[in-house]
Amino acid sequence: MNFTLKVWRQKDSGDPGHFETYPVTGILEDMSFLEMFDVLNERLIVEGKDPVAFDHDCREGICGMCSMYINGRAHGPMKATTTCQLFMRHFRDGETIVVEPWRAAPFPVVRDLVVDRSAFDRIIEAGGFISVNTGNAVDANTIPVEKDRAEAAFAAAACIGCGACAAACINSSALLFVASKVAHLSMLPQGFAERRSRVVQMVAQMDREGFGSCSNTRACEAECPKEISYSNIAKLNLEYLRASLSPQGPVVQKK
Amino acid sequence: MELDAKIPPGPLDQKWVTYKSNCRLVNPSNKRKLEVIVVGTGLAGASAAASLAELGYQVKAFCFQDSPRRAHSIAAQGGINAAKNYQNDGDSVYRLFYDTVKGGDYRSREANVYRLAETSSAIIDQCVAQGVPFAREYGGLLSNRSFGGVQVQRTFYAAGQTGQQLLLGAYSALERQVALGQVTMHSRHEMMDLVVIDGKARGIIARNLITGALERHFGHAVLLCSGGYGNVFYLSTNAMGSNVTAAWKAYRRGSWFANPCYTQIHPTCIPVSGDHQSKLTLMSESLRNDGRIWVPRKPGDTRSPNLIPDEERDYYLERRYPAFGNLVPRDVASRAAKERCDEGFGVGPTGQSVFLDFMDATARYGRAEAHQRQMDAPTEEQVLDLGRELIREKYGNLFDMYARITGENPYLTPMRIYPAVHYTMGGLWVDYELMTTVPGLFALGECNFSDHGANRLGASALMQGLADGYFVIPYTLGNYLAGEIGTKTVPVSDPAFTAGEKAVEDHLNRLMAIRGKYSVDHFHKALGKIMWDQCGMARNQKGLEQAISGIRALREEFWKEVRIPGNSRELNPELEKAGRVADFLELGELTCVDALHRRESCGGHFREEYQTIEGEALRDDAHFCYVGAWEWKESAEPILHRETLEFEVMHPTQRNYK
Amino acid sequence: MQWKQLLTSAVGKKFVMGFTGLFLVLFLIVHCSINFCIFVPDHGKTFLEVAHFMGFNWIMHILELGLFVGIFAHIIQGWALTLQNRNKRPVQYAVSRRNQNSTWYSRSMGLLGTLIFIFLLVHWANFWAPNRYHMITGGKELNLFERMKSLFSHGWLVIFYLAGLFSLFWHLLHGFQSAFRTFGLDSGKYIPLIRGIGTAYSILVPVIFALMPVSIYFGWVS
Repeated sequence: MNFTLKVWRQKDSGDPGHFETYPVTGILEDMSFLEMFDVLNERLIVEGKDPVAFDHDCREGICGMCSMYINGRAHGPMKATTTCQLFMRHFRDGETIVVEPWRAAPFPVVRDLVVDRSAFDRIIEAGGFISVNTGNAVDANTIPVEKDRAEAAFAAAACIGCGACAAACINSSALLFVASKVAHLSMLPQGFAERRSRVVQMVAQMDREGFGSCSNTRACEAECPKEISYSNIAKLNLEYLRASLSPQGPVVQKK
Repeated sequence: MELDAKIPPGPLDQKWVTYKSNCRLVNPSNKRKLEVIVVGTGLAGASAAASLAELGYQVKAFCFQDSPRRAHSIAAQGGINAAKNYQNDGDSVYRLFYDTVKGGDYRSREANVYRLAETSSAIIDQCVAQGVPFAREYGGLLSNRSFGGVQVQRTFYAAGQTGQQLLLGAYSALERQVALGQVTMHSRHEMMDLVVIDGKARGIIARNLITGALERHFGHAVLLCSGGYGNVFYLSTNAMGSNVTAAWKAYRRGSWFANPCYTQIHPTCIPVSGDHQSKLTLMSESLRNDGRIWVPRKPGDTRSPNLIPDEERDYYLERRYPAFGNLVPRDVASRAAKERCDEGFGVGPTGQSVFLDFMDATARYGRAEAHQRQMDAPTEEQVLDLGRELIREKYGNLFDMYARITGENPYLTPMRIYPAVHYTMGGLWVDYELMTTVPGLFALGECNFSDHGANRLGASALMQGLADGYFVIPYTLGNYLAGEIGTKTVPVSDPAFTAGEKAVEDHLNRLMAIRGKYSVDHFHKALGKIMWDQCGMARNQKGLEQAISGIRALREEFWKEVRIPGNSRELNPELEKAGRVADFLELGELTCVDALHRRESCGGHFREEYQTIEGEALRDDAHFCYVGAWEWKESAEPILHRETLEFEVMHPTQRNYK
Repeated sequence: MQWKQLLTSAVGKKFVMGFTGLFLVLFLIVHCSINFCIFVPDHGKTFLEVAHFMGFNWIMHILELGLFVGIFAHIIQGWALTLQNRNKRPVQYAVSRRNQNSTWYSRSMGLLGTLIFIFLLVHWANFWAPNRYHMITGGKELNLFERMKSLFSHGWLVIFYLAGLFSLFWHLLHGFQSAFRTFGLDSGKYIPLIRGIGTAYSILVPVIFALMPVSIYFGWVS
């Protein structure tokens, strides 16, 4: 298979950046999208040019590192698929493929297709945890958790933090990311104690990072490689309302 | 030199208890003054960093990924073992210990393994308290499944994403400490060298991967939690960035490297499809709970698998190992697959794969479900449809992944699988306290060699990483640091740091200056091919000798012909890869040297010269019942040191899974 | 952090939108029911009586004040959000296939809202403003029934009204369930319920409104 790639090239965060066009030939159907980039980079290196920088690591769709905006879609056209698990058999021979980095103010471009997603870590720092020191735990079967509740918590916790939700959102909102963590922890009895502070602090941090406000278009859910349900956003909203309206207020955890 | 593992005295089941009661402690006001460097943020690193920070130490954590949450522990699928005996099926700490030592083919240290089994239970408690959403039964209690090499159900799991959920638990604990100011997180940083002052580990030189700047970091102790070195084979189930560099730099600074030849080849991976392939994908061992492995009885049978009748199929694991069947340990299953393929019974376009078939399980689940739904005389198709629903519930994400990668539908035709490099049991030698031969330098998780002997059982890697990080290092590090409370923070202007940085700088400049003809991947692939062909599932003297000379030649060529674009003061993924491959080129040789010296077969190390008549691994306990730890020598052969393995409780025998 | 975040955070702003939106949804039911009275075949008598009740009742005046606060809060917050959200992506994608991940109307609430606002301005100029002027200067309200008949004899105005209501339909189709989602109610078993009611509402209300100008234009109402 042969393709024409239009790839965003940007030397560093200060560079305005531009598109470069590269023809790639001899691509096999069984290659992943990133393996096609390996082929391109191999050629660029031998030709003495700069290879395209892109984030990737596990290449099995779980680490959340890969992050390409392919033909106007986060992680490309396939449902429930990360870029590394996108295979060339899903493209038409001869197609032109446009590849861009995630675009959102809180995800500044570092180089080419690499962006800085440390905003997500800071949102987790704000409350995406259960405060339990090592050694504090009681026996794991002390508190039964309804099967469906545990499964819903798992489904929310399956988020890989890739940022596709915010990248695809028309408002650059990261609410699905935040909601998946809030829903995961607030559904489990272990997470009840910090419900009120968690949701308010995480949303406040999301605001500080400069993500937009959700307008329920559901693009996040459609683009999420782990199919995190958008009902988690409803859960977050309810948690937020509950925390804010509670007579005691949201209770901010002092650092 | 005989190595002293500093195993506490007393009966096996009292050693850890005694140790914990007697080890030295550091008081809270002193903990605040002590700095600890943690390299790597996988299960071992994140859990250690969080737990130590909770205790009050000042922790600096490093990872090369853009976030600590992306460490490769995240990709572990199947589960984590713990001797909870929730199933009332005869499990106990002793049994988990026994299975692990036996599974490791009697090449692990009894005391370490017993401690691992003892702490396993607390790991599950801790993870549940953190909000890890393990699978549960209708009653709300935790669910278990089976893994290879074991006859009880002691594996806890979260669908096919157990590693992810455990890592996110540890990551959240870590991020909480970052918010509290107890941990300083350095992501997109790579450890380039270890700084040793007066014989003790005192810090690292790290490279900021975004700017390329070299940084000096002091620590009263350094913890390496940097994972395994499976990528020396190029193709493995490891992440693309997984590397040996941190451990290798430590090795070159005096930390001995133990048992590098013990590499685990996982039996159920998606087969290689072509030369372009950059990595291999595991299909969780949990699939062997329900999947049956077979090849056609007729060599070169190209019929569609569904058209091959049962009597013309060879369920070779069930045939050879009736007691454990499809759930034999990984090394055994992998070799059996290789044996069948080598004999010409392999399937698929390359003949290098075997079937993993769910048809029986689908029908079995379907019948049970039909019965539950009180269906009278359901048709076969109805039964299979119901069965597929249940299979989807249990393994849906794995099946989807298989379908995505291969373009085949595993619900309708059997999966094709083949063994692939997955885990490395070898690693930095550590004593009972997880300290390497460099005082103040500790190694945790896959980075060390300690608990799995010559073969790791499924669902034990997660257990070990978390045991080391949550429950072992908080005690053993304290015991070391209690002697360091008088040590002032060494300023990074110290000559040792200056020299360390200079050495790294020179190394990088040397790499950048080559400007040769071939990419880093070119050399990495070549190395991988040598390793897989000569030091893979089966090894022999001639092949290993060839491999050693081949790797030496390749290394020489690398240092003449590698081409790294750009410069060292920017984000330069090719330079990162080059540094890692340069280390793999040295490690590869050591692995072959170790494999060559170990003239026996055990676990993941199979020497063709040493096998039973049935083709099973033949150990030589009289001569090789020891840990082989290698000491690096500048421009000379590495020196072998032995730690003799004493078995006080277990009696090494020929492993029997029949 | 006692009350402020409830209105000003990313989620709080949505509460303002959702709350005012649902309030307007309720208002539309009232407005719609009153208008429906023109279909009572009594030459507009019932309609005028109800309109009189609404126009000369101090409770209604207070509610009307609340209504304006609600409308303007909704509009201003809507515009502010649209602009703020737009600034969150300084560099736009060169290629964007949003149609594949979301509906156009869910992404165009700002635009649809603005169209509805333009419609409202005309609508107020047609009915509410002259009526209030008349009430203040003359002490009694206009015969709105007659005014409708005269205004809706112009084809172009009828088309303008239909266009405004068409915008309202799309706005409601997303807005109704979006508001419930904002309050966390659009989840689990409530989803089909809320979606069903929302869709029915979004169709019914604009259709009933549209029936008025159309019926008058074609002379179906006496």
